[in-house]
Amino acid sequence: MLWAPREATQGNIQRIFYLHVPLAIVALGGFVAGGWFGLQHLRTGDRGHDLKSYVAIHMSLIFGVAALITGSIWARGEWGHWWLWDEPTLVSFLIVFLLYATYQPLRFSIEDPERQARYAAVFAVVAGVFVPLNFMAVRTATEKTHPKTLTAGGMPAEVWITFLVGLVAMTLLFVTLWKYEMAAKHTRFEIKRLRRRLTGERGPAAGRSAAPQVTA
Amino acid sequence: MRRTVAALLRKDLTAERRTLESIPAMTLFTVTTFVLFHFGLDRDTLEGDLASGVLWVTLLFAAVLGQNRLFVAEHEQGGFDGFLLAPVDRTALFVAKALALFAFLCVVEVVALPAFAILLLGPGLLDPLPGLILTLLLANAGIATVGTLVAGIAIRTRARDLIGPLLTLPLLVPVILAASEATAPLLAEGGAGGPPARWLAILAIYDLTIGLVAYGVFDFLLED
Repeated sequence: MLWAPREATQGNIQRIFYLHVPLAIVALGGFVAGGWFGLQHLRTGDRGHDLKSYVAIHMSLIFGVAALITGSIWARGEWGHWWLWDEPTLVSFLIVFLLYATYQPLRFSIEDPERQARYAAVFAVVAGVFVPLNFMAVRTATEKTHPKTLTAGGMPAEVWITFLVGLVAMTLLFVTLWKYEMAAKHTRFEIKRLRRRLTGERGPAAGRSAAPQVTA
Repeated sequence: MRRTVAALLRKDLTAERRTLESIPAMTLFTVTTFVLFHFGLDRDTLEGDLASGVLWVTLLFAAVLGQNRLFVAEHEQGGFDGFLLAPVDRTALFVAKALALFAFLCVVEVVALPAFAILLLGPGLLDPLPGLILTLLLANAGIATVGTLVAGIAIRTRARDLIGPLLTLPLLVPVILAASEATAPLLAEGGAGGPPARWLAILAIYDLTIGLVAYGVFDFLLED
């Protein structure tokens, strides 16, 4: 990020671009991946896919918050406003984010774990399709004041390389965190199972949770 | 499939005609909201994009009211079980409910549009009426599809009155956006001829895509 050339008109604030855009792209990719895993769950009925879908959407929500915050800082630095409505990318990202923010409440309000998994998968599939649809509609609606950072061309090679490195790094970060979270979830289920066996308890674990319960 | 849909739809329309649970409430709600907008905006007449926005937001919230009631009878009185026991395609329930919600919306709009014209709209309603009706039909299809799917999800949750609108509103942003952009020039003073084709195309694409997805996944909401 420091290596890339300083942007002539925006100054150093432009360097946030290498964080913000990869964050947003990876978050959207994660939402779509969540939809894909949801579809797999619906097809196979395998609860592991539901867990994958849940973790992907959960992580994407966190990345989405980071993308909204960095985008807001960048907008403040560049245009002098924290928020601009005439920016299709920003607005559609917010809509998608608001939609996915209901994912956790939805899961939480369904008690039966199997139904929870199935309904969440239906949600993930519909929302995954909605993401591109929404971008299309909002993009048509607003004037083109947003910098078409990736398609407009005119970015020097150093910028491109830094951006691509940032994108790859962010994707790897997402995948790594996703794997860690998956491992953590599996470990937690395993511990729960072993503890139940040790104490000789029978019956379902107490407490309601938005997270999928996979019994190994 | 077609006979099942027809039977279910007839059942829903008869139940609505006898109980009058949804349509009067939705209609009353739209008229009250127009009055609220009059005071909230402190304007006697509206035109152009403001009029279009007020109309669409009001219709959207009225649709959410109807959507919340959509599966309540099935849920509370065992209609789901009865339907699952019958040897018919389960997606028929989705199609019938979506058609019922579509019909409810159309009836509500028959009252809401004249009320809007009398209470708030500055320019006349007669000239832009054909374009307006076309936009309304396309948007109703989108709202009914999303509304039925979300109602199907929300009815089995504990906080269904909360989850339903929370899911519906973001999902319908593109519909409201395209519909209000399409009707804005129609409701302007000395408005143009027809609604912009670009927005109608977006509405149609949205209806088609969401309709297909909903048609594909609705099955899984009934599977127990």
